[in-house]
Parts: sequence; C-alpha cells; structure tokens
Amino acid sequence: MATLSAVLATTHHPFYYATTNAPPSAQIPQAAEWKRKVEAYRETLTRAQPDILVMIGADHFHQFYLDNYPTFLIGKAPRYDATFYNEEREFGIPKYVLEGNVELSDFMHQGLMDRGFDFSFSHELKIDHSIICPIITTRPDADLPIVPIYTNIFVPPLPSPKRFWDLGRAIREVIDAFPSDKRIAAVGSGHLSLELGGPRQFGETGPDPEFDRMAIELLSSGDIEAILEKVTHETMAKSGNATHGFMDLVLMLGIAGPIKADYVDYLDLFHTMEAYLTWYPNGENS
Amino acid sequence: MSKYYVNKFLYTVDRDPDLLQRYKVDPANLVASWEQAIGPQLNGVERSTVNSFTPEERNALIRHDYVTLFEMGAHFFLSLTIFIALYDKDWTEKFGPLSFQRKFATDLAHWRGRDYPSVALFAQTDDRRIPTKMA
Repeated sequence: MATLSAVLATTHHPFYYATTNAPPSAQIPQAAEWKRKVEAYRETLTRAQPDILVMIGADHFHQFYLDNYPTFLIGKAPRYDATFYNEEREFGIPKYVLEGNVELSDFMHQGLMDRGFDFSFSHELKIDHSIICPIITTRPDADLPIVPIYTNIFVPPLPSPKRFWDLGRAIREVIDAFPSDKRIAAVGSGHLSLELGGPRQFGETGPDPEFDRMAIELLSSGDIEAILEKVTHETMAKSGNATHGFMDLVLMLGIAGPIKADYVDYLDLFHTMEAYLTWYPNGENS
Repeated sequence: MSKYYVNKFLYTVDRDPDLLQRYKVDPANLVASWEQAIGPQLNGVERSTVNSFTPEERNALIRHDYVTLFEMGAHFFLSLTIFIALYDKDWTEKFGPLSFQRKFATDLAHWRGRDYPSVALFAQTDDRRIPTKMA
C-alpha cells in the first residue's frame, strides 16, 4: 500500500513570489524573514521524500464560474497547465505545467464516491494560485505529479466545516488503500482570517488576529472537536468575508487525523497571517 | 435584479485584457457592447436569453462603483480583482503601494461591524428559504 509521508496545511499568499523576487530595495521589510520561514517549511516536505502530491485548493473563478461551480472536484488529467492571465497580471505568478497521476486520480475519485462523496471531475483542468502558490513555496521545482482536488470555500451555499473534516478523513482512507509503493504527501492551502473586497481588507494585520491565534492553536493540537464547536460559517464571516478558506485547512487536519502537528510556524504580515503546519501521521521516518 | 449577471460581467471582463482596457477608458461603451455581445453567450455557440441588468446594476458598473456593487452583493473576489486591475497601477504611482486597496476599504468603512450584504445567489431571508418539510 502507499505511504502517506506528510500532510501540509498552509496559507497561500499570492504575493509571496513577487515579494521575494523583487529587488531588495522594493521588498517589504518582512520579505527576508518570510523567505526564511517558507524555506524552512519547504524542508518539511522535502524530508518526507514524496513521489506524488495530492493537492487541495479552491478555484477562485478562474476556470469555474457560477454557471457551473463545483462543490468538490477532482482533476483526472495526465497534465495540468497552471496560472491564469489575471493571476499573472495581479500577482506576477509565472506559468507552470504540472504532471498528473491518472492512476491515483481514478483511484481517489472512485474511493471518494464509495465513501459518499459524489465528486465533480475534470479532464481538462487549469490550476490556479490556490495550488500553484504552495507548489512555489514547498516544491518550487514543480517536479512531482499531482492529483488536484478543489473545494468550494467561495460561493454560498458552502459545505459545513464538519463536511470538510469528513472529506479529509475519506481522502486519508483512500491514500492508505492505494495499491502502490509510492510515497504520497498531501498539501493543501487555505486561509486564516481574511477580508477581500470589504472594509477590513489590506490592514496592518489580518482582519481578526484573535481568530488566527485560535485557529493555529486548534489545528496544531489536532483538536477537531473544539474547531467544530467554535468555527461555523457565521463565526468565520465575522472574522473576515473570505475566512471560509480556513475550511481547507480543516480538511488537511482530516487527512492527518486528530493529532498534534509536527511542525508549526506562522508569520504576521500586513493583510493576513501566514500559517505553516506539517504532520507526519506515520512518523517522521516512515 | 441579477447578481448573477453582474458577477458574469466582472468575471468575463477581468479575464480578458482587451475588455479590461476598454472598461477602463470607456466604461459606458464597454458595458453596452458587453450586454449586446458577451453577456448573452452561454458558450461559443449557444446564446442565453434569460438575464439582464437593472438600471441600478448597469449604472454601478458604468460608474466603477464598487461600493454599490458591494451593497448589491456582487462577489467580493471578482469586484476586488477587477478594480485592482483598473486602478492599482495608477494609484501606486501617485500614492504608493496598496493605496487603492486601502481607499477601497475606507470607502466601505460604514460596513465595519455590520453583517455584510450576502454574496449568495439564493434568497437569504428565512421566509423565502425553501421549506425542509412541505406543508
């Protein structure tokens, strides 16, 4: 059976690439510290020696729009383009082509259907920054095949936080059952408190630093009961209108299980707090 | 009212550099030609006949009025992205990085501490929700 070698839950800050590649005179004061933290975090994935990455993200109205917006979707293509025109324009993110792994995509799709998650699927999927940002930060050579999974954290009605946890648990079961000697890492991205297009956007900190500290603490300790008690669609909205991306981090905890994280780091930036968590559910040397 | 159609406008214009430039320099013209040629496109071949703007929606789009669009429940990501595309570069040159994003926030300051207009496209009030049990 395949080995789940690491689970990573990270915020995806689309300006990381541009910020850390700008000339030093044009960099924000935290750029060097940000780069150091990201490179240390990257090491937690490198150390796990993955062969395939299961990537969790959310399409930000790049390929999908309200005429047909999937709640949960899996990519099933042998290859994926990445980065849309408007992401290049706004964030300065380069284009990539990522290899897929159709065998694991097929197995994952069927496995999730068998576990009660009737996924939408795409055989021609272009990846947006929710997946390419964590590639840039944790695997910048972009040299591993991916299985992309998208969730709806964006357009009501959203699935519940519990449903994200349950989906994470199901993804874990399917990875564990994959008949292969490959090492699989799951890398997912979301947000802590976040405001976009509203009165609390682009402040000196994220819109709700108290939520951010609580969220990191609860994810780090693997305390899903407390998360499900404290975090609802309504409480997330009070913390910032785009905070619902936190549910993808809950999904990642679902893949890891209700256990303490092996690596936790964070960085308070303007506009948002960054969080970097890694679990080795089968032990660091599995 | 068509929140869907307003979002469709923001979505289709933001992803196309030519439309975006036309929206920047001559919004009234671009909105009119969008309603003729682009809005009704279901895909490259099929046309849809079911959507249209209210006068308020059309005016808000023509005026680049992100406050009214926010108050109509246009999607925050689409709205932020397109107005950054239209204004960020000019504002950064004049007033420094993120100055436009902060003005955008300040213009919406009267919504701090209140429940924002929903971006949901279904009816939000309890009495208009589909009942879970049919009477």
